[in-house]
Amino acid sequence: MNNISGAKSLMLALEEQGVRQVFGLPGGANLPMYDELFKSNIRHILVRHEQSASHMADGFGRVSRKAGVCFATSGPGATNILTGIATAQADSVPMIAITGQVPINMIGKDAFQESDIIGMSNPVVKYSFQPRHASEIPLTVKKSFYIAETGRPGPVLIDIPKDVQQNEAEMDLAVKFKIKGYNPWIVPDVIQIEKAIGMILSSKKPMILAGGGVIISSSFAELQSIAELLTIPVVTTFKGKGSFPENHPLSLGPIGMHGHAEANKLMTEVDCVLAIGTRFSDRSVGTFDEFEKKLKIIHMDVDPAEIGKNQTTNIAIVGNVQTSLRIMIKLILQKKLQKVINSEWMKHVKEVKAYWRDNLKIHPGEMSAARILRKLRSVLPKNAIVTTEVGQHQMWASLFFDVIKPGTFFSSTGLGTMGWGFPAAIGAKVAAPNVPVVDIAGDGSFNMTENSLATSVLEDIPVIVFLINNFSLGMVAQWQRTFYNRRMIGIDLQNCPDYVKLAESYGAQGIRVHSLDQLEKAIKTGLKSNIATVIDIPIDPEEDVLPFVAPGTSLKDMMLPS
Amino acid sequence: MYTILSILVENKPGILFKITHLFRSRNFNIENIFVGGTMDHNFSRMTIATNCNEKQIQQLVKQINKMIDTIEVKRLNQNKSVYKETILFKILKSNKSDLEELNKLSNEYNSRIYEGKNSIIIELTEEPSTINSFEEKLKIYKILETARTGIVALENNEH
Repeated sequence: MNNISGAKSLMLALEEQGVRQVFGLPGGANLPMYDELFKSNIRHILVRHEQSASHMADGFGRVSRKAGVCFATSGPGATNILTGIATAQADSVPMIAITGQVPINMIGKDAFQESDIIGMSNPVVKYSFQPRHASEIPLTVKKSFYIAETGRPGPVLIDIPKDVQQNEAEMDLAVKFKIKGYNPWIVPDVIQIEKAIGMILSSKKPMILAGGGVIISSSFAELQSIAELLTIPVVTTFKGKGSFPENHPLSLGPIGMHGHAEANKLMTEVDCVLAIGTRFSDRSVGTFDEFEKKLKIIHMDVDPAEIGKNQTTNIAIVGNVQTSLRIMIKLILQKKLQKVINSEWMKHVKEVKAYWRDNLKIHPGEMSAARILRKLRSVLPKNAIVTTEVGQHQMWASLFFDVIKPGTFFSSTGLGTMGWGFPAAIGAKVAAPNVPVVDIAGDGSFNMTENSLATSVLEDIPVIVFLINNFSLGMVAQWQRTFYNRRMIGIDLQNCPDYVKLAESYGAQGIRVHSLDQLEKAIKTGLKSNIATVIDIPIDPEEDVLPFVAPGTSLKDMMLPS
Repeated sequence: MYTILSILVENKPGILFKITHLFRSRNFNIENIFVGGTMDHNFSRMTIATNCNEKQIQQLVKQINKMIDTIEVKRLNQNKSVYKETILFKILKSNKSDLEELNKLSNEYNSRIYEGKNSIIIELTEEPSTINSFEEKLKIYKILETARTGIVALENNEH
């Protein structure tokens, strides 16, 4: 067996995992890796800021359901990807972040570009490794992918000191491993599932609450089967948006702080909830305690620690939700169980849904958020992938952009990272090159990672930025209008930069639109182009996102458009 | 009364940091912590005393279990477990009768005495409550310093 360097073995191990590209930016401490990357078949996608590399790997991971890989150098390179790692952890996204580190004998000496990234990242990684010898690298990479992609997925950091990259060692690339303290394959308890079915069937007003776990486990067909077999309406969390086709008669859309009025309204009336792959976040359920006392809750989740963390449950079903749902379907079919379709509850659900679909007031003017997003939906093919940034535009997307094909909508829902959507869209496009990818953006968020236009253009990864431009940090402005008596501070972005010129300066195309017709044309132009398209859509800066459940209140206390 | 968690973990650098960081980031409190090797040098055992409420304990056990370096976490049943702490008291030797009295007290508690030139160190390994009552009795002397280990505990098998 020949001796090879740590960096070389890293590339071989990544290739073995099926890695086709890495997103990254080189620096002093990861140059040996880059030298081997030069010689390997793995494509390098250069970013202009390491944070974007991590978001691209994130977007790639959400779409492909395989860990995306990002590279950064030591010190500031490593700290720059922390936000991306934390974002992936909050949304349970598989990711491998590989950082260079100063040589082992320099660690702890406050060396140039040294940062204790293992220590800093500890609370936001699923696991981290710092190989101390080149021979450890093949095993480290295997374990990292296994940990990142199994169970509840998450980011894994591999921090490799420069000398460990350079040193040569005998490598056992076929090394096998076992991680004693890690068992992602928890078998769901059939008895609990049987009990759950009984509880649903004996309830009068059941509801399914579908979370991000349905999307992560790709359990779209299973979710739809259960809903249809038992005739249960489906609400989702925001992260679960698009786990269920939003044009389905049983779909009520997302609940939560900016949930659909009908979803929030009906959620407060239910007597039994089947919650699938959700952690009952404060943004989804508000102060749930208010009405949970009368409510029976069945909670399915892959992560045992989520059971009882935010919400007390009556029945817990721990395990991969796809497996759990399949067992549930099998039991329902075996016993020929079903609910009466035209129950009183379903009649009421249909009425409430129809009422709010017809009567929810939207902001006046041709270019209101609702109208432009409905236009986007009508022009975009159903299989198009949509990412969002974080802010008002994100919540408008939740309200007014219906996801038809499950698993085509992604957002930074947990950490709420502004600037995530655009690089994530680039990562998504790499994972699905034949599908149109659109980042529904706001000006504040797009500002944060707009320099990824360089990556999009130079690396030939065209996406559309649907820039809902209200010249302000709109969500903060809305809170200042609502809760701080219009004392507006720190929100005015004015018309700076000019996004059309900005796009053009990167070699992308920029189109500003002032009418729905122009918008339709611009979207079609973007879809046909082989270059990034920024559609700048100025809107009324005073437009609020409504309905709105104020923080710390119940879904019952939803504010509606007046 | 504290809840005692006995946690078997991989014996790796940084593991103490990870466990204590988990307490910090999840807003839980550690009353005392004891870490030591086991017969198998691949693993360490941490014994952590915490005063969290029932709901918090349940969540804490799950979060510790979720850690990849955790092999096993047990919440010890007090009635079936042996709980011990070791404490060292350094006492100023002020007059001759001190040593005599301390020897007497020491016999009563089954503690050991190490005599120095100007001070006496007393070592006691006992249950936390006994240590506390011993400490009360020593308070009439000039205690210069103390050092206490934190609880180390194991649960007896039922069968």
